[in-house]
This record gives sequence, structure tokens and C-alpha cells, in this order.
Amino acid sequence: MLASGSVDVWVIVATSIRTSGSATLIALLIGLPIGLLVGTKRFVGRRAALVIFNAGMGLPPVVVGLVVAMTLSRRGPLGGLGILYSTRAMVLAQVIIAIPVIIAITAAAVAAVPRELSLQARSLGASRWRTSLLTLSEARMGLIAAVAGGFGAIISEVGAVQMVGGNLQGDTRVMTTGIMEFTRKGQYGNALALAAILMAIVIGVNIILTGLQTSADRWERDGR
Amino acid sequence: MRRLAGTALAAVLVFSLAGCGTKAEAPKPVPAEKPAVSEVIMASTTSTQDSGLFDVLIPAFEKAFPQYKMKVIAVGTGEALRMGETKDADVLLVHAKADEVKFVDAGFGLERKDVMYNDFVLVGPAADPAGIKASNDTTAAMLAIQKAGVAAKASFVSRGDDSGTHKKELKTWGAAGVTTPTVSADKWYLSSGQGMGETLKIANEKGSYTLVDRATYLTMKPSVLDLTILFEKDKGLLNQYGVIVVTDAKNQAGGQAFFDWILSAEGQKVVSEFGVEKFGQPLFVPNAE
Repeated sequence: MLASGSVDVWVIVATSIRTSGSATLIALLIGLPIGLLVGTKRFVGRRAALVIFNAGMGLPPVVVGLVVAMTLSRRGPLGGLGILYSTRAMVLAQVIIAIPVIIAITAAAVAAVPRELSLQARSLGASRWRTSLLTLSEARMGLIAAVAGGFGAIISEVGAVQMVGGNLQGDTRVMTTGIMEFTRKGQYGNALALAAILMAIVIGVNIILTGLQTSADRWERDGR
Repeated sequence: MRRLAGTALAAVLVFSLAGCGTKAEAPKPVPAEKPAVSEVIMASTTSTQDSGLFDVLIPAFEKAFPQYKMKVIAVGTGEALRMGETKDADVLLVHAKADEVKFVDAGFGLERKDVMYNDFVLVGPAADPAGIKASNDTTAAMLAIQKAGVAAKASFVSRGDDSGTHKKELKTWGAAGVTTPTVSADKWYLSSGQGMGETLKIANEKGSYTLVDRATYLTMKPSVLDLTILFEKDKGLLNQYGVIVVTDAKNQAGGQAFFDWILSAEGQKVVSEFGVEKFGQPLFVPNAE
């Protein structure tokens, strides 16, 4: 199947990368600031927030799928949007799955940055904004782990995208739902080929992110 | 303290070993009184499973043959036949006659017999944008959907999963003289690659037409309220089920027992009574010779 370069396969792969990639980006935009806040600021209910986000890392994707599907269904509260069984619905579900992962890892990473650092920066006259950036930059190893964790969680997820995407050929079919379908049809060869591509992508992304981590690490050592 | 823990651990180990021993010895005298229960694996289709037929069929079979415990694996017809080829199933209950005959001819199955039939219906939005309600036959209804589809007034959701229902759909397009629609060439044609229940839900959401067996539609009706039956009861929509015993299966005797039972008067009666209470009409018509 791969050798013949069947166009359909690459459409599936592209849909996977596009939806999970944009979902990771959106989840980062929302999750990073919240993670920074929860990880560094002291406020009432912080512990509770940490517990919720840590628990959210284990949020069952099928539950997210169920709730999103019911909400977006024609007879659901957001039925007017008419986006159930579209890639937009899939991105929405994936964002919900990835956000707690990104928040929890970010919070842990920034919490590990010594508090004296930001206090010192503040005392030297850095703005709040600059101080936050400094903290994030000190915690970059953890942030890269947050990206890897969020992306890894959603690109290999099958339950939620099946429920809200509908596995429509050439439209909402992604690698995981494609693997399920080929297996159901008894086309194990095709299923294995897609599985190999999925594994290659997950490993590839992690090689790149680990590369970023080690080069960040080296920069840290040499730069001082 | 540590020594005490060690002794306790040793004691637990000894007891659990002793437990294993008694367990292994105990069943020996039993088979003499009661025959061992063996597992029979039946591969069937998701649409049959979704209809709820197995919930009455399997208990009735197990009651008649207490020595067998039946396990149903519901997959698409394509995978069901494949499970027969790899001998992962003992008996098949599927609905794609041409492929079933091929399967037996290739030596994978001992024998194939007609068991029962149900019928398909064309469902879609109540407004019926393609106007298939007034069609004279299945051919005209399919042509109307295709025409409305090309005019961007209607869409059709296909199972697209090699299931018996999918094969029936493709045959129906063919019979209507329509070149098999494809997702890339026909914007109005969607392919879910999923089971009947999911496909119905997608058609319900998108206001599309789809082909569905009556049993699954009636069972799913409460969750697909925006779909109604628009075309039904035509010769072109009948769906024949067949039963096949897999050659050299792991539990061939069990497979054969089910084969004989479902073709017997007793099995056929269970089939004919299913659905009457719940839907006011039988969902399957037994037609074993």
C-alpha cells in the first residue's frame, strides 16, 4: 500500500497531522498561561486547581468524545453550529484532552524554577511580563515535555475522534480511526502500514523535541 | 520483624501452592457426571448484533445445547469471512451471498445454507429533498438520490466498510445503472467506514440519505429522530442471511450443532418471533429449506 503511494493514505496522514497539530497549538495557547499561573502564583484554591489538572491528565478521551458529541449534536445545546462529524469538532475534542496535560506538565516545570530567581528579577526592575518570560525560559525543558505530552496524547487517541469525527473518508478519517477500520475489514496489511506511519510520526516528533531539549540543555551549560 | 514477615510470606506461598493443588485435582471427577462446556465462536456482522437478535438466539441455542457456550464476534462481513479463513471462528452468520458461496467453494467452509432474510429501507430527512418517496422501485429511488446529489440538494452516507450492508448498497447502485460513487469524485457521497449505528447517526446529523436494514433502524430510531423511512418493501431491498460451518475449525462440532439448530424448526421459530413483542412486527423472516 505504501509502495503504491495510495493517495488516500497520505490524505489520512495529512488530516491526522493537521488536526492534532492545530489542536496542540490551541491547547498550548490556553494551557501555557494557566500552567504558569498555577505553577508560580500563590492563591486560594491553588491546590484544588493542581489536583483537578493532574487528574485531568487521566481524563478518558471517550468521555470527552461523548460530551462533545452530545453538545454538538443537532439536538444538543450547540447543535446550531452544525459541526459534529467535521475536523473542527475533532480539534475541539483534542484541545479539551490536551489542555490538562499541558497545564499539569507546565505547572510542574515552572514550579521547579527557584522562586528566588523571579524575586531577584523583580528586584532588579524587570516587569511582571519579563519575569514570566524568564521563568518560562528557565523551565523550557519541561515545556518541551508538555508539547510532546499533549501532541502524543491526541495523535494516538481513537475514541473521541471516532465519536465526533465519524471517520468520514477523505474528510475526518485519521490514522487511528483508519487503523480500526482496516482491521474491521480484515485488511491487516493496510492497518499495519498505517500503524507504522503513526509510530514513525510519534517517534519522529519525540526525536525532534528531545533534540530541542538537549540543545537547550547544552546552551544552558555552555552559556554560563 | 523482618524474619516474621519472611515467615508470613513463606506461609502465604505454601498455602497458595496448596490451593493450586486442590484446584487442579478437584475438577477431575466432575466431567463424568456433567459434560465439559466448550466454547463456540461465531463471527457475525455488527448490524445483526445491533438488531438485538443474538440476545434471544444465543440463550435459546445454549439452552438446547448446554454443552456449548457461544461467543459472538460482531465485525464487518469482510472480517467475518477472514476470521473463517484463519479459523478464528467456528461458524459464520453473515449476509453477502456471493462472497459466502466463494468462501465455501474455496474450501474454507463445509456448507452454506440460507437461514433467514430481513429487508433494507432507504431513510433520509422527512423533507425528502430527492423525492424518493414516489419512486416505483429501488432503481428509481437510487437514481433520484444520485440526481439530487449531483444537483447538491441531497447527500448519501455509505457504510464504506465492506460489510454486507455496504455490499448491498454497491449492488443497488449497480442495478440502478449508476457508476459506483466515490468520495473523491462525488461531493454528495460520504463514506463512514463504520458500523450501521454510527452511520445512521452521521446521516441524522447531516440530513443525508442512507441504506439501513430495518432491524437496526427500528432499534436505533429513538436516537435518530430526524430520519424517516422514505422507501421500503421492494424486491430490490431484500437481504438474505446465510450460515456456514468453518472447515477444520477449533470447535467444528459446536459450529455444526449451531448450524443444524438454527436450520431446525426450533431455531427458525426463535428467528420468526424475534422483534414481534418490541416492534409489533418480526424483523427477520426465516426461510431455511
